[in-house]
Amino acid sequence: MIVLLLIHLLIGSAILLSGDRWGRRAFAVAAVAPLATLLWVAARWSTIIGDPGVLDDEGHGSGGDAVFETVGWIGGLDLDLTLRFDAFSLVMTLLVSGIGLLVCIYAIGYFSHILPGQSRLAGLMTLFAGSMLGVVWADHLIALFIAWELTSITSYLLIGNDDRNPRARSAALQAIFITGGGGLALLLGLIIIGQSAGTYRLSEMVDSPPSGGAVGAALVCILLGAFTKSAQAPFGSWLPGAMVAPTPISTYLHSATMVKAGVYLVARLSPIVATIGDWRALVLVVGSFTMIIGGLRAMRQRDLKLLLAYGTMSQLGFMMLLVGTGEYKIAQAGIVLLLAHGAFKATLFMLVGVIDHQVGTRHIRELHGFGDGWLPVKAMAVIGAASMAGLPPLLGFVAKEKAIDTYLEYGDFTGADATIVVIVVGSILTFAYSARFVLGVFGVHGSTDNEVRSRAAPAPAWLFVAPAAVLTVLTVLLGVFPAIISDLTESALLALDPSSTPSTVKLWSGFNTAFVLSLMIIVIGTLLTVFRRPVARVQTAAAQPLRRLPTTDGSFGFIIRAIDAVARHVTRVVQNGSLPTYLLVIISTAVLIPVIPMIAEFDRLPQWVESPIQIPIVAIIIGSSIGAALIHRRIAAIVMLGAVGFAMAALYEAQGAPDLALTQFAIETLGTVLFVLVLRFLPTRFVDLAPAVVRPIRLAVSVMVGAAIFVFAIVSTNARSDVAEESISTEMVERAKPDGEGKNVVNVILVDFRGVDTMGEITVLLVAAVGAAALARGSRQYDREPEVERTEEPVA
Amino acid sequence: MRRSLILDVSVRLLYPSIIVLSLYFLFSGHNQPGGGFVGGLAASAAISLRYVTGGIESVRRSFRLQPWTILGFGLAISVGTAIFPMLLGGAILEHGTLKLHPPVLGEIKATSALPFDIGVYLVVIGLVLMIFEAFGDDHDHEIDMIESPTAPARSIREEYRPLSQHSPASAWLRAEDDST
Repeated sequence: MIVLLLIHLLIGSAILLSGDRWGRRAFAVAAVAPLATLLWVAARWSTIIGDPGVLDDEGHGSGGDAVFETVGWIGGLDLDLTLRFDAFSLVMTLLVSGIGLLVCIYAIGYFSHILPGQSRLAGLMTLFAGSMLGVVWADHLIALFIAWELTSITSYLLIGNDDRNPRARSAALQAIFITGGGGLALLLGLIIIGQSAGTYRLSEMVDSPPSGGAVGAALVCILLGAFTKSAQAPFGSWLPGAMVAPTPISTYLHSATMVKAGVYLVARLSPIVATIGDWRALVLVVGSFTMIIGGLRAMRQRDLKLLLAYGTMSQLGFMMLLVGTGEYKIAQAGIVLLLAHGAFKATLFMLVGVIDHQVGTRHIRELHGFGDGWLPVKAMAVIGAASMAGLPPLLGFVAKEKAIDTYLEYGDFTGADATIVVIVVGSILTFAYSARFVLGVFGVHGSTDNEVRSRAAPAPAWLFVAPAAVLTVLTVLLGVFPAIISDLTESALLALDPSSTPSTVKLWSGFNTAFVLSLMIIVIGTLLTVFRRPVARVQTAAAQPLRRLPTTDGSFGFIIRAIDAVARHVTRVVQNGSLPTYLLVIISTAVLIPVIPMIAEFDRLPQWVESPIQIPIVAIIIGSSIGAALIHRRIAAIVMLGAVGFAMAALYEAQGAPDLALTQFAIETLGTVLFVLVLRFLPTRFVDLAPAVVRPIRLAVSVMVGAAIFVFAIVSTNARSDVAEESISTEMVERAKPDGEGKNVVNVILVDFRGVDTMGEITVLLVAAVGAAALARGSRQYDREPEVERTEEPVA
Repeated sequence: MRRSLILDVSVRLLYPSIIVLSLYFLFSGHNQPGGGFVGGLAASAAISLRYVTGGIESVRRSFRLQPWTILGFGLAISVGTAIFPMLLGGAILEHGTLKLHPPVLGEIKATSALPFDIGVYLVVIGLVLMIFEAFGDDHDHEIDMIESPTAPARSIREEYRPLSQHSPASAWLRAEDDST
């Protein structure tokens, strides 16, 4: 599996690096990755699926065996790249790689006019496919999170690929802000449940579910991540915006795969956590809102692609309602819906792309039906929309029947009845916007104001429509013979919840309540379509008061602007440009934080004087320090500081450390020279412009620093006595000659025992040198600009 | 720039001597006071003498290589010495010893710490050269531009007056405005 991920990475990077050299052939190269994945899946099909129909003594079925693969990553943190491939991952892989392959073929037809940056789409798409496979294969929660974020990033790059289009840029930014923000919440939630469950492995979490007080909050965080990713209300505003991306990208990312990542995560976790905290209630409320709002907005769209985008939102809400309850029977309907939606929505998106490509518009007012040769497109549009609307005998019908049926039978939790109503209403809306889509394609909505172009549009090439045809055939075939995917969905369910007893997927399950509801949906849906003009008027009138409420787009813009304003304000306060303030903050922090624990350790004073020579030296040090603080002339202050340094060197010498004294002496000499070098750029005297209140503060800080260093020195020398080993210097002295081949212990420590430290230090020296040079050059160029001529010496 | 004859002549004598001394520090450092760091600092002191007498041009003449070349070269030598044992399968910075017996000098012993120290030596010199290059590279007109914002003191007492009696720069600036 890791090899397949690497293949995606390799092909994706290769295409990106080759630039536009390959043109649209890049998509043919990109197709290799999903093809390889599909072949790999086919080889393992029977192992993974197993034989879910055979029940054991307790009436439990058992699916196939999952394939595991582990690559060590950060062993110390127990972070492994664990991949798990079970039947549910297989369902998702079919969507990712199956539709991925078809989209690659489709893109070859779509991108017939080469524009710069198009091949980049192929590379990014391959990278995205790899990340998405990472999401559905990851068993370790952190690995899942990383793949999750990678899909957000590749999605951002794909939406904003046309970087000269400001709409594309802002849509991309909005998408990554929302999904990225959800991603952060997700990380927090995953870490909490990983810690409370004692394992980060999804496969182990089924046996040891997370427990504890924080889990409830963690689940809210995880749902936040899933909802933002799957464009649930109120976070869905980025999905319609993302439709500025080329249609193959929208087909792949924003209908078939990426937006299902949230559904995938909810499906994975629901059997484990559905009964904890507010998980189920949140899923039901948010899913219901999304399903209804998405449906209502889809009915108002004039752009076929946006219609489908809102439809996708609605359907994603539907999926959330199915997979998020924790009732496995209902979840199985969700799995069927995942497959059905992948098939029909990808078909419809592809067809919109075909129309857009051939006619140059996808606006229903500008479409007036199509001429000869368009029959396959029209037929596929009808079949796809029918599946979306849930008409028999298509796969969409099978999914919706099973959904309503299982909800009626097994929905014994709070809110189940209301959810059934929501599903029915949502399905009616789905029927209505599906019909609107079909009527739009047939040109019924076409207005006379617009030039009749679509009738004369050339019919698409066969390769261009072939991918949609494959999906249409699957929609019909699997709808008529759902037994083909029955084993697949049953095993997938067992993979989600090993204690479940899945049922077979059937087209016709008898004349039951679900079927009556389906009939009702069709009838009311047809009525809504027939009376679409009055309905539209009612909808507009009803939406009028809602216009007062802030829109999600508007709130998003408001939040971004507010963050900007707050950031500017905070920067103005914190980074006010005053060097003294910065120093004050830095020094106080550096002094206060370590000193507070040290004061507790401050127990005894050392012997003050060890030898008489120390007294004059220390007197010089103290005198010069006070002098340095009081003197106004800079050069004099530096000389005073130099005196302190040389006296320190003398002190070292007196204590018997010639090496240290030598170094101190050399540094002091050099330091003074360099100081003078910089001094020439400064006024000769210290000039104090600060208000009078500042002086006591500065004085206090200076005294504090002095006191802190004093405490620090005494405590750290005393601390040695607590250590069992009397002094490590004894050991160093003993080892210097035999191990370091040197008699100068200090140098042996520097170049051998602590050689790596020295290496780090000289690297710092190098960085400091480069920094100083850059700083000096930069600031002096700035200085040079105002060439003020000074003709007069200032006279006091 | 005015040059002082006495300074010039003494630096001519001192410069090579200090450089030799710094090399002595560098090579003897393993067994006696010294080492790459101290050696580098001593050499830097010599360089600063050159700077004091002849300015940045004099410093540039004494080192043909650019400061950043010396810096990078020094770091490369040190890191190379540190990593080399790893390539041979040893630990990082594992040291080796080389004993030579040239005819006149008797026994010469060199440990692998020496190239490491040479690297440190070069980095220190490079750093100082870099700082001279950064802050010491000035043209005369630039020096002219830098003026004392305070009026020159007219007596010792004024020179060392307490901080409170010191007139702030704003006052001085006002005075200047009045005068012009």
